Amino acid sequence: MFDGFSAELLARFQFAFTVSFHIIFPAFSIGLASYLAVLNALWLKTGNETYKVLFEYWKKIFAVAFAMGVVSGIVMSYQFGTNWSVFSDLAGPVIGPLMAYEVLSAFFLEAGFLGIMLFGRERVGPGLHMLATAVVAFGTLLSATWILSVNSWMHTPAGFSINEVGQFVPEDWWAIVFNPSFPYRLVHMVLAAYLTTALVVGAVGALHLLRDRYDMASRKMFSMAMWMLIVTTPLQIVAGDFHGINTLEHQPAKIMAMEGHYKSYEDGAPLYLFGIPNAEEKRLDYAVAIPKLGSFILKHDFNAPMPGLDTIPDDEEPPVAIVFFSFRIMVGLGFAMLGLAGWALVQRLRGRIYEATWLHRAAVVMGPTGFIAVLAGWVTTEVGRQPYTVYGLMRTSDSLSPIEAPAVAASLTAFIIVYFFVFGAGTYYLLRMMYKPVKEISKKAFRDEGPIRTSGITPIAQRLPRDEETA
Amino acid sequence: MFGFELSFIWAGIIAFAVLTYVVLDGFDLGIGLLFPLTDDEEERSVMMNSVSPVWDGNETWLVLGGGGLFAVFPLAYAIVMPALYMPIILMLLALVFRGVAFEYRWRTERWKPLWDMAFFGGSLTAAMCQGIALGALVQGIEIEGRAYAGGWWDWLTPFSVLCGVAVTIGYAMLGATWLNMKLEGRIQRHMHSLAWPFAIGTVICMGAVSIWTPFLDSVYFSRWFSWPQAAWSAVVPVLLAGAVAGLFFGLRKKQEVRPFLCAQALFVLGFIGIGISFYPMMVPPSLSIVDAAAPDESLRFALVGTVVLVPMILIYTAYAYWVFRGKVDPAEGYH
Repeated sequence: MFDGFSAELLARFQFAFTVSFHIIFPAFSIGLASYLAVLNALWLKTGNETYKVLFEYWKKIFAVAFAMGVVSGIVMSYQFGTNWSVFSDLAGPVIGPLMAYEVLSAFFLEAGFLGIMLFGRERVGPGLHMLATAVVAFGTLLSATWILSVNSWMHTPAGFSINEVGQFVPEDWWAIVFNPSFPYRLVHMVLAAYLTTALVVGAVGALHLLRDRYDMASRKMFSMAMWMLIVTTPLQIVAGDFHGINTLEHQPAKIMAMEGHYKSYEDGAPLYLFGIPNAEEKRLDYAVAIPKLGSFILKHDFNAPMPGLDTIPDDEEPPVAIVFFSFRIMVGLGFAMLGLAGWALVQRLRGRIYEATWLHRAAVVMGPTGFIAVLAGWVTTEVGRQPYTVYGLMRTSDSLSPIEAPAVAASLTAFIIVYFFVFGAGTYYLLRMMYKPVKEISKKAFRDEGPIRTSGITPIAQRLPRDEETA
Repeated sequence: MFGFELSFIWAGIIAFAVLTYVVLDGFDLGIGLLFPLTDDEEERSVMMNSVSPVWDGNETWLVLGGGGLFAVFPLAYAIVMPALYMPIILMLLALVFRGVAFEYRWRTERWKPLWDMAFFGGSLTAAMCQGIALGALVQGIEIEGRAYAGGWWDWLTPFSVLCGVAVTIGYAMLGATWLNMKLEGRIQRHMHSLAWPFAIGTVICMGAVSIWTPFLDSVYFSRWFSWPQAAWSAVVPVLLAGAVAGLFFGLRKKQEVRPFLCAQALFVLGFIGIGISFYPMMVPPSLSIVDAAAPDESLRFALVGTVVLVPMILIYTAYAYWVFRGKVDPAEGYH
């Protein structure tokens, strides 16, 4: 299947494949965990049963997504060693402790309280159940914080020295954790997770509104999702701009590839809306450009000079076409999200948010775009880092395990088959759960759990006539 | 000033994480192993529900074992992972199947048997691979410079396969004794009857591994058979004999807690036995704990958090077990 590929290329493909699958689930579960915590808190505060119904509905979806995130994450945690053992040996002293902190402070927290959140409402009472839900949400955010610190350090390494065997030796942990690109990356990723979730929740709400626009639960989730979108999308665009400026400072070659700047511009670089990178002749074919706007966006000055890829040695150049296109996909979808948010705001101000069927249709269509944007964003930043694993210091080709191509090819094939099968099935179950009207779930939820007693303990005798209570 | 001691403290912490993983995830992998031994769909549901709220936390200790090794013994990690490439990858894929089965099995009627198979197959493969990886580590890993220098099939030997079988049968014993403790009525009686053969099998396999190990390496041999070390080492087999007696006595008396605890004690003592053979090596025969350790800065930084966080983890893990204490209610579960 992979004859003629080098072990390095196969290992890179394997990492890209497994990490792409993995990133999808946290992007969803970070946002969903926070959403569940908010729903639970609103239910406790207002006593409005709609919130509880929504909590029960999304809780099951969360559980499936979380399970997929856990298993794909375990794979990631071992892949550094299996395929990138030289990188592990040399960079391990710096990034290993950060990843250990992620496990110690976040993974255990999520896993420990997930059981109580999913199964424990009747056993611990509403207060502790709320606490467990909040802790799970906090854990997902903490996990994102550590892993983005690790990832950012690989892009903008800081706070280390290099010893005689070539290992990165930590010198200043503060500088390592809060490395130059970390804050931008973290904000960008967490907002992306919230946006992705809002788009999914909004799409599900819209789908059910299209079937029954008077359903309270559907109205509630659509409304909440659109508020989230209205607030988050503009913030994300601002955060993305800041991140871009930070990248220009620390990884100029990546920006050149993103912008398609093969040549340098003395007095203001254009913004290429479209083009086809031509690696042979080092230029952009069929380019559609707005003059000087590139310099304005990146340097907030129309006439600022911009160096191009002609200033970078060939063997330090990232693959331009991939970065160029993935960046455009991300940004394009970001503006589509902004459009949806604006539309939702207009309809809300007109008081027609639950009647605007075209808005609902658009929201359904936009449902999966958060995932695509997240993937495109990761491709942009990770491929843009090439040819380095630790930017400017350690090349990808020097990071590889002493490993033979057939072994990587065999494991890659196994990963592809297993992932498509397992996560394909999971996605199918998720979609089916989301397709189910909330009302069906809510009836079942009340039947299963009965009314909550203030003490948190429901005597068996009182649990029996529960069908009548919901009828 | 702690340079020397720090790496040994860390070796202890990693060993603790791996042992905790075995103690906690062993029995829930064991439940998967027992799945084909019943045709009753209800029974399988109750078996799975006995660990649904806690399995995820159990498995996290495996991530800590691997992540901790990466953090504080990156060289050992960089050597062991390529050396055990195939068993590790197989184990990861198996854990993927097993982990999703916990959710998927309740989401479909038609494909339920498929996810039951995935749960069993995943548990079996993961258990076998863990045992094989352990066996391969015990028999030694060839190193040149800072990298693995052996072949791609070095991990596969009669000894490592025996270790795989031993761990698998042992996990099944843990699963059966756990379920004997957590279930009631007919299902409990079934699990009680299954605990017997797996307990006997475990004792036989552990005996075989214990007899074989000292002959793999002269260092191991002297640990167990040369005076005065042997006097200390001999404590382990004596305690093992006590645990075996307690296990069978408990099963005969139809006790619920003691067989499970004694079964766990077998694993703990076996683990200590391996530790006695290994010390002070990280990756036998040539990579020592000190040589494998990351720079002091890494060890110190990671230790500060670990000292605070691991006790907290143990406390809230215990709390989670406490919340779900007692017999499993067959009607419970959120599915």
